[in-house]
Amino acid sequence: MSSNVQSIVEKYGNNANRLMDILHDIHSEKGFVSNGEMKEIALLLNISKVDVEQTLTFYHFFSENPRGKYTIYLNNSLVAEMMGREEVAKTFEKATGTKFGTVSDDGLFGLYDTSCIGMNDQEPAAIINGIVFPRVTTYRVKELIRSFRQGHTVEDMINSYGGGQNQSELVQAMVTNNLNRRGAVIFSDYTPGEGLEKLKSLKPQDIIEEVKNSNIRGRGGAGFPTGLKWDFCSKAEGDERFVLCNADEGEPGTFKDRVILTERPSLMFEGMIIAGYAINAKLGLLYLREEYYYLKKHLEFVLSDFRQKGWLGNNILGIEGFNYDIRIQFGAGAYVCGEESALIESCEGKRGEPRNRPPFPVQVGYLNQQTIINNVESLSSVTKIIANGADWFKSMGTKESSGTKLLSISGDLKYPGTFEVEWGITINEMLEMAGATDVKAVQVGGPSGRLIGPNEFHRTICYEDLPTGGAMIVIGEGRSILDVVMNFMDFFIEESCGSCAPCRYLTVILRNKMKKIIDGKGVASDLDEIVHWGKQMKIANRCGLGQSAANPILTSIENFRHEYEAKIEKGKDFDTEFDLNSAIIESARAVGRFPEA
Amino acid sequence: MSDKVKFKIDGKECVADKGVNLVDAAKQNGIYIPTLCHLEGVKPAGSCRVCNVKINGRFMTACTTPVADGMEVENNTQDIQELRKIIVETLFVSGNHYCPACEKSGCCELQALGYKFTMLVPRFPYAFEPKEVDAESTKLFIDRNRCILCKRCVRSIKSKDGKSIFAIKGRGHNAMINIDHELAAQMTDEEATMAMDNCPVGSILKKERGYYTPIGSRKYDKEPIGSDIEESVII
Repeated sequence: MSSNVQSIVEKYGNNANRLMDILHDIHSEKGFVSNGEMKEIALLLNISKVDVEQTLTFYHFFSENPRGKYTIYLNNSLVAEMMGREEVAKTFEKATGTKFGTVSDDGLFGLYDTSCIGMNDQEPAAIINGIVFPRVTTYRVKELIRSFRQGHTVEDMINSYGGGQNQSELVQAMVTNNLNRRGAVIFSDYTPGEGLEKLKSLKPQDIIEEVKNSNIRGRGGAGFPTGLKWDFCSKAEGDERFVLCNADEGEPGTFKDRVILTERPSLMFEGMIIAGYAINAKLGLLYLREEYYYLKKHLEFVLSDFRQKGWLGNNILGIEGFNYDIRIQFGAGAYVCGEESALIESCEGKRGEPRNRPPFPVQVGYLNQQTIINNVESLSSVTKIIANGADWFKSMGTKESSGTKLLSISGDLKYPGTFEVEWGITINEMLEMAGATDVKAVQVGGPSGRLIGPNEFHRTICYEDLPTGGAMIVIGEGRSILDVVMNFMDFFIEESCGSCAPCRYLTVILRNKMKKIIDGKGVASDLDEIVHWGKQMKIANRCGLGQSAANPILTSIENFRHEYEAKIEKGKDFDTEFDLNSAIIESARAVGRFPEA
Repeated sequence: MSDKVKFKIDGKECVADKGVNLVDAAKQNGIYIPTLCHLEGVKPAGSCRVCNVKINGRFMTACTTPVADGMEVENNTQDIQELRKIIVETLFVSGNHYCPACEKSGCCELQALGYKFTMLVPRFPYAFEPKEVDAESTKLFIDRNRCILCKRCVRSIKSKDGKSIFAIKGRGHNAMINIDHELAAQMTDEEATMAMDNCPVGSILKKERGYYTPIGSRKYDKEPIGSDIEESVII
């Protein structure tokens, strides 16, 4: 037994629910977790080795094998592709002498694709040994690989600091905020503690009432009323309650939480404390995606500062019996963990597979206790609601959508970045605001949302018309809609947890059908079939990922059917995909006789 | 009568014990809801999605839904049967199922559902993905070509001290069933037989035993799957 594994497992109290942390710690030391180490962990946690392995192999950033001294994860989101990823990827392969998905023979470089890393406003972007490299050019690739070969560290290659807190000593990241528009809630003037101050004079139920009165709905995309969720949780019977903050923003095209985590972490943590007070919780977890690991020290500093100020710990703000703390729980690369019940599973050290519901997390959540899960932006807004009042909040937005919304706008436009707007602006206004012209389509809410064309640009961004978690991908006139859809389908296939049979493989079938159409081998009946099969996805699967995995196909056929039809073979009602010559080539070679042309 | 609930399936008045899941509740009333991952007495997974029904207008899996008073359930409708057939076909093309050569042929629930839904040939192209066979264990073969990832083995077969002998490895369409060789070596003959019997397909096979029941007199050789339920009304 290696003393190292033992000390790491002991650090987490030999608790199997902390398996994610244990695997993270071993990973950060040597870059992978070996079979022998899995056995040791299993023994120490008193679980079977296959249980350790099933968690480890679920997450994209965990590995059973070495992934190179320099492990390069290159984002493959749609916008990365739009911004020239292909050339950058080729240059990486040429410079390192290895292909994507493999490690170079000398063990120096590992090259891997990765789903959207929350940098769509500065693509192409890569993560190398945990450090984010935005706006990577072919020149930069050559420079990086040359320098690594000369023995430079990844830290040596940081050549600029982004603005704001990105340049603070605790972050020192090349990432830029691109905060293009500050609004009245999240990015307005703010003094840490202004929400907490009110707790001294308010009872937990008063807080819940205030949040309910504000009409705030979940900012992650689903739009469930936040106050109602808290009310359900506080009234559910149980021993312990938990607050989970969902900072796993994995929807391709979203990056607004990154900016909150960088510039306004106190606002979010205050929201978590207010939530803890409202539902009488003892512990809050910030579930942070590993892509944002570079913010760890920065966020931990804020938490230790809060503890010093008496905002975390025992008898917070002098309120007798209000004992509460927050810890950061890292994910390890899995889009599906943004789904709240999958997020809970991950926090418990398991595979991020969504649970069957009911019961809902407010009844049976983290460690089977009553749990609320709120988005970073929702909790940040709550701090301002408590500081300034529900009426102030309701004075902004539309009738059913109060307050502001952060939009992450990227793609073909002049000013990609985060914009805080009041609910109620139209898509046309949004495009004008962000400097987008000659727009063919907008992907509203990321791949799981809707692909809309100019005929819907008059629609209003709000829960009553066009709801969104904030990811807005602008697709210019010159782009092929079918290529857009293909990228999204690959994404859903990569990120399916694999639990539900239709999501596991019908996604692959749909992608293959798309490929057939793109290759010019599609016939008219293929379009009907792909729609029919796609509709099954909506009803067949357990969670939002599976239910929306066919949305790119369904909404693009709805709005851009002509692009599909242009690719369909005309006048043929039989399948031309089957190529007899290529099917028999192997046996033709074996017998040495070839069909005549 | 307080521990009984009344509900309707396809218009038929039904009564069942309160708290049981809809698959078992339907069974008590002589109605068959097709399943693959469901195993009576084991916590439902809701992962194969074959038992999808419409409850009060909403699609839900019957195995994960406790029956409640006044539920209106749609089970045998064209839309639902089509969805189920698509799922079954998906499972056929994503694995490598060569029924004539499979030890479980005739006892296989996937094959039986294929017949039930009159699947002559899957509408989807076969994937023919190579899958690993694991024969390392002393008592069991794990043939992943046939696995449909129902997790029955994961949920129902544990070691004496409650540890998992089976688990999933990987995710998405690369997910596969995994067996803990050390724990599997300690399984008794009865436990190994149970693992094989709990597998709805021919993915878990006991070594040194084959074709115990001759083809032609196997479970689904004469009567389609579900007919035993549809013939007998328990209540």
